[in-house]
Amino acid sequence: MSAQNSSAPKSMRTPLGRVRNLGSSHSGTKDFWRQRLTAVAMIILVVPMIVVVMMLLGRNQAGAAQILGTPLIAIFVLLFIIASVWHMKIGMQVVIEDYIHDEKLKLVSIMANNFFSVAVALAAAYAIFKLSSGV
Amino acid sequence: MVEFALPKNSKITGGKEWPKPAGATETREFRIYRWNPDDGKNPSVDTYHVDIHDCGPMVLDGLIWIKNHIDPTLTFRRSCREGVCGSCAMNIDGQNTLACTKSMHDVANGGAVKINPLPHQPVVKDLVPDLTNFYAQYASIEPWLKTTTPTPQKEWRQSHEDREKLDGLYECILCACCSTSCPSYWWNSDRYLGPAALLQATRWVKDSRDEATGERLDNLEDPFRLYRCHTIMNCTKACPKGLNPAEAIAELKMKLVERQV
Repeated sequence: MSAQNSSAPKSMRTPLGRVRNLGSSHSGTKDFWRQRLTAVAMIILVVPMIVVVMMLLGRNQAGAAQILGTPLIAIFVLLFIIASVWHMKIGMQVVIEDYIHDEKLKLVSIMANNFFSVAVALAAAYAIFKLSSGV
Repeated sequence: MVEFALPKNSKITGGKEWPKPAGATETREFRIYRWNPDDGKNPSVDTYHVDIHDCGPMVLDGLIWIKNHIDPTLTFRRSCREGVCGSCAMNIDGQNTLACTKSMHDVANGGAVKINPLPHQPVVKDLVPDLTNFYAQYASIEPWLKTTTPTPQKEWRQSHEDREKLDGLYECILCACCSTSCPSYWWNSDRYLGPAALLQATRWVKDSRDEATGERLDNLEDPFRLYRCHTIMNCTKACPKGLNPAEAIAELKMKLVERQV
């Protein structure tokens, strides 16, 4: 069932002209590949991450800081942060592109998504670096 | 934003219930979407009763029976009545399919046969959707053999193995059941080409005789034209010819990755 959009503005452009519109952007494959790359990375990293979380259970702040400051664990956690935030950023962008059709609102949303993802990644990575350096 | 509810002038109101045919011993109820562009009213669902002993077994037989015996204003497309032309694609009991190959006895366990036009397309009248954009999208993938090499004296040759690669693609009849079942197509049909056009694009990308493979992939490589496909798989579930547009789209994505990574 569908809309009879009698109120929609009538364009005199041909249907093929409307479909071709601005042409292909010749992009999208990189994001498609990176989304799969980060997904596989997270599958690999999720086991060490579960181990780390289990190690943290019941510890006090000092104990948790000591564990997260261990080089090998810190590297696993950092890798997990990068993979998951990157995956989150691409996934959210896809949702925005799917559902937000207003061009200005879409640009603002994509910008906000980028800012938010970078901020989350940097904040999380900074915390791990801080624990690792023992400051 | 995406439109999740029907616009005001598309909201369905109560329709007319037509009397049961006189003298019929066994009838089947049909509830059919009606909309007439000329009367200014909202769409409605009319109820008809078909004499199943005077009618063929398919849903299309029922529609034709209604048009001949009850209501000649009922409007729908049909041509070949054997699943070859794709004209009678419509939404039957919640599933996009061809009315001519869907037996009414396989629908809703003997309950009412609910028929609507293909979803999320503008309606011309009753069960006839406006597929202008759908056909333009098909035209945009340039569905013909493109070559630079001078045309040979005889035919363009192709091995049996290469010809077999087109199986599962060439059978598409462009009925639009797949594209109009795809939520991604509902939200973005102005920019997303949809499963039918992309399956056809795959058919030409995989054709060993075609010399414009890279150019074809260039034209498809776009976050909207191709990558709106999120492997929802409604297309494959809907296809009345048993084809797999989702797999065809995945092949396109694989080829794009292959030439980059």
